[in-house]
Amino acid sequence: MNSVKRTSPAYSLILLRQLVKTDFKLRYQGSALGYLWSLLKPLFLFGILYIVFVEIVKVDYGVENSGAYLLLGIVIWSFFSEVTGGSVTSIVGKGDLIRKLNFPKKVIVQAVTYSALINLALNLFVVAVFLAIGGASISLETLVLPLLFLQLFVLSLGIGYFLATAYVKLRDVNYIWDVVMQALFYLTPILFPITFAPLWAQKTLMLNPMAQIIQDMRYLLVSKDTATIADVFDGNEAIRIVPVVLTILIFAVSSLYFSKKAKSFAEEI
Amino acid sequence: MDDQTVISVKNVHKSFRLPTSKAGSIKTLFTNMAKLKKYREFEVQKALHGVSFEVKKGEFFGIVGRNGSGKSTLLKMLAGIYQPTKGSIETTGKIVPFIELGVGFNPELSGRDNVYLNGALLGFTEKQVDEKYDAIVEFAELEKFMGQKLKNYSSGMQVRLAFSVATILADSDILLLDEVLAVGDADFQRKCFDYFKTLKKNKKTVVFVSHDMDAVREYCDKAVLIDDGKVAEYGDARTAAKKYTQLFTETESLSTRNSDSRWGTMEATIEDIQAKASKTGISIKFQIKAHRKIQDIVYGFSIKNGEGLSIIASNSKLLELETIGLNEKERYLVSFDMPNYLNNGIHTVDLAVLGGDGVTVFDWQEDAVQLLMKGKRRVPSITNPEVKCSVTLKGAK
Repeated sequence: MNSVKRTSPAYSLILLRQLVKTDFKLRYQGSALGYLWSLLKPLFLFGILYIVFVEIVKVDYGVENSGAYLLLGIVIWSFFSEVTGGSVTSIVGKGDLIRKLNFPKKVIVQAVTYSALINLALNLFVVAVFLAIGGASISLETLVLPLLFLQLFVLSLGIGYFLATAYVKLRDVNYIWDVVMQALFYLTPILFPITFAPLWAQKTLMLNPMAQIIQDMRYLLVSKDTATIADVFDGNEAIRIVPVVLTILIFAVSSLYFSKKAKSFAEEI
Repeated sequence: MDDQTVISVKNVHKSFRLPTSKAGSIKTLFTNMAKLKKYREFEVQKALHGVSFEVKKGEFFGIVGRNGSGKSTLLKMLAGIYQPTKGSIETTGKIVPFIELGVGFNPELSGRDNVYLNGALLGFTEKQVDEKYDAIVEFAELEKFMGQKLKNYSSGMQVRLAFSVATILADSDILLLDEVLAVGDADFQRKCFDYFKTLKKNKKTVVFVSHDMDAVREYCDKAVLIDDGKVAEYGDARTAAKKYTQLFTETESLSTRNSDSRWGTMEATIEDIQAKASKTGISIKFQIKAHRKIQDIVYGFSIKNGEGLSIIASNSKLLELETIGLNEKERYLVSFDMPNYLNNGIHTVDLAVLGGDGVTVFDWQEDAVQLLMKGKRRVPSITNPEVKCSVTLKGAK
């Protein structure tokens, strides 16, 4: 019987599968409700935000199904937050393994992303229920949706690569990223409708790929009244290329940075 | 590289950069900048300089050298964990490293899950592990425990599981074995050595790192001796093993090393240490010098084997010797003698002088001197006294 070669993609795949499986098995170990928490956590958060923003502050999102609108934003943001937050310490956390075995290190960050992806799938199931109850806006355009998820995946993984690498050398990255995430959360139209901001701010904020992704997904699933990046830029569809290019750029640079530094991880950790 | 060469190491250098002031946080980064220091300062430590050798297909190849000689660094480079600073390492075929058993074992997972995880790390698919699963469990003799979490295993059980995963699964082209494989109880050691024998019989390419010259002589065809980051001997395993032993005999007379692991008030110190081991007995001699008038002292030693286990230890209090008092600058010669129960290999001796209360440490020297035991047949047990055996026929009924 032969094992696969250490540099082959098959090896990465075998490893990735086991790492994700392990993470999934260990995640809710010892908790009574177990995997239900994957659903309950965003639901509770949603409940709180819904009461505060829709019932008390009475924010007008300009859409009929404001529940699904809010929830979808939260769920997508949670994925991004889980991947990036989990990636920061992922390489250092696996230091023991890295010092004893030669394997494709990218698998570690990928495993974090795929674990979060499983969570995202569970959460999207809840979103689907909300859409079914409160009304959705599905059209032919909705077929573009997988591309948006791909963009979300690539963006999160890319930032994950960068953070994991930087953390090996500089342990402040952990805290810095916490602060950055707080800022980004309020700079992304998750809780407030983008139209609340002055036009110049709307334009700037929408160039953030996370804002573009969330707004586009809302447009494709919840309501055609959602303001997308093209709407903010006076219906200029060409502007759509900017956040996409940004995403690819972040991924490419981070990925290269990771690969370059990965060789010395075993010595640096 | 011809077809028969599977590992080719050419003029490999490796140095580590040891940061003297590590900017591990923004704060130190800023304070260093404020002091106009460089972002980072390094002390370069050279682990290997210019190592070359080749391993041919089907060879049992030994890498030997003292602690800190660079052999572990070399092994890690062969395994692809470290990259050489200069030079090249070319390998053909798949390398399975056993630098440590049970790499990636997770205590929270069941024994079963750990087998699959460990298998994946070694590059085996779930299906491949499935095929061998029963054999692994059987070899480890853990049939009843596979559903339990690894944290509930005894350390012996964990090692057994790790070892059977490694041996049953890893049937690859090149095996890198670190000597850590051969630790454990006597029974387990025998299993390891049986495994080595099978490897040799099956003409596997094995790179074996060891301190145990008997094992090197027995299993290795060729060997490289690394000393101080350079190749000191390369070729026949027996020659390399002999040279290795010589390295120690040379330094043996130097006896005292400037060890970092020395502490105490130094009111009385241990000097002129000599330790000798012959087939019949061991003798440890040293002098105690007082630097002030001392009423009462306790002195003792402990001989440890390669694994750090204390094999023989005693002190003046345990031996109920008459107490001695010392005047300033007075010296006492102390000599301990005992029968030789040591197994083959390198042993280290700890020496200590304490106050009469047995608490105040005057001079404690860890690894004060090395004791090399050779010429005995290595036995799979901690001690190795002379054993006599007689057999008599008592008649038949």
